[in-house]
Amino acid sequence: MSNLIPLSYFAAAVLFILGLKRMSAPATARDGIVWAGAGMLVATFATFFLPNMHNFFWIILAIAIGGGAAWKTGKTVAMTDMPQMIAIYNGMGGGAAAAIAAVELLKGDFHSATFQNLAVIGALIGSIAFSGSMVAFAKLQGLMKKSFFFPNQQMINLGVFALTIVLAIVLMQADIPGGFAIFLFFALALAFGVLMTLPIGGADMPVVISLYNALTGLAVAFEGFVLNNPAMIIAGTVVGSAGTLLTQLMAKAMNRSLGNVLFSGFGSHTEITAGEEEQGEMKEMQASDVAAMMAYANKVIIVPGYGMAVAQAQHKVWEFAKILAERGVDVSFAIHPVAGRMPGHMNVLLAEAGVPYDKIFDLEEINAEFPQTDVALVIGANDVVNPVARTNPDSPIYGMPILDVDKAQNVIVVKRGKGKGFSGIENALFFLENTRMLYGDGQEVANKLVSEIKQV
Amino acid sequence: MIEGFTALYIFMLAGFTGYEIISRVPTILHTPLMSGSNFVHGIVLVGAMVALGHAETGMQTLVGFIGVVLGAGNAVGGYVVTERMLEMFKSSKGVPDE
Repeated sequence: MSNLIPLSYFAAAVLFILGLKRMSAPATARDGIVWAGAGMLVATFATFFLPNMHNFFWIILAIAIGGGAAWKTGKTVAMTDMPQMIAIYNGMGGGAAAAIAAVELLKGDFHSATFQNLAVIGALIGSIAFSGSMVAFAKLQGLMKKSFFFPNQQMINLGVFALTIVLAIVLMQADIPGGFAIFLFFALALAFGVLMTLPIGGADMPVVISLYNALTGLAVAFEGFVLNNPAMIIAGTVVGSAGTLLTQLMAKAMNRSLGNVLFSGFGSHTEITAGEEEQGEMKEMQASDVAAMMAYANKVIIVPGYGMAVAQAQHKVWEFAKILAERGVDVSFAIHPVAGRMPGHMNVLLAEAGVPYDKIFDLEEINAEFPQTDVALVIGANDVVNPVARTNPDSPIYGMPILDVDKAQNVIVVKRGKGKGFSGIENALFFLENTRMLYGDGQEVANKLVSEIKQV
Repeated sequence: MIEGFTALYIFMLAGFTGYEIISRVPTILHTPLMSGSNFVHGIVLVGAMVALGHAETGMQTLVGFIGVVLGAGNAVGGYVVTERMLEMFKSSKGVPDE
């Protein structure tokens, strides 16, 4: 029996690593989560048999409450809202790590000073991940203004952070930390998580969520050392490093450095550089003409953006693409790394509509094909196809990798109105000679295109 | 206890493991994988169960209880949303396993 529990934790750690490995390739991804899930079940079950455990009633009740609520929300949430759900579940993990640290600090019975220090550091990281993720959730859910500024913000943030660190050191040094110091420490750490996330704009949220995901992993690993629990140590560390790399990949895809994301609001410098020299006019085209043009094209690339997902148009767009394919048109989908709200989010949304993933291409794979493309259909995307990212060094998005749709023979932009994109930058693509605008809601336009092309 | 250099070695090796797993992932799997790694740190549930299971005072029991609620939310919610996302990749055929 005594070996059975460590063996279960060992099995869980192996299953987590193999599961994540399988999740990293499309064909095996579905199995991966099942493997990892099996690991979680084994570890959770084994934990009931640890020596000197009590409070079983409360443990089971707590699992039922937390698990039940998460099950219900997770099953019902729309695919477009996935990023904020990941944020909230991640925040809960950070909060749990902080709670473990709080219990251990209240007991004050650490194996050595090192473990006491690790508990405090884990508590700090976990608390920041918790409150920061909740703010990220509120922003993506539209419950909160996108970025929030107040006077002396940086000074106040710095002050709160310094105070948190002072209290952290107090807790690390204390023989048995006082209840008030513990309370104050957590209050400050949670406040810092909120303050740190407030000024960050919506466009940068994916990077921030990914960062908090990595931080939670790290906090879990540290508390794993404190509790001498190898499954927590390994799973937490793996997620900590994987999450850090994922954060870097995302930041790179958006041409933002992590420091940039965390310490300056995107909006603060856009007004100055939003190009006023953008000239010419946008030329409109009707759905019937667009349908005819695309029906007789050889090669069509569809570039979907978050706007399409919000309009729930992905099913209709795929129906339209299938009709084109039946007519012998070569149709593919081009996905910018940050299309949607997170890297890969658009792939999930297209997969939901039934688009096979061999029709979906990354930026690097497809950019060379635009010059040979007859029609590029941009639907609900804006900043990721803005050629100023290549041409205008003064633009805030200069240097960001973009889809070169402007090189296609014809560009059709489906858009609700004449407004600017998420970043507030004028899009030079709309004024090009080969660009035509097709105004309307994504869903409505897709419907029209489907019915028009049937008559061609 | 796992401590000293043993702890450091485990930390280092697990760190490299995570880095290796992610480094060759196609972009289409970034969101599911972030969600999947979010599920994996749901193992914090186990730690919260230990904290609650060994709680001595009312305050410790309360904080431990909150910890288990949050940990269970992380694990269950993380699993459900990841599974829903990856379910969609199952139906698509084509591209063989690399």
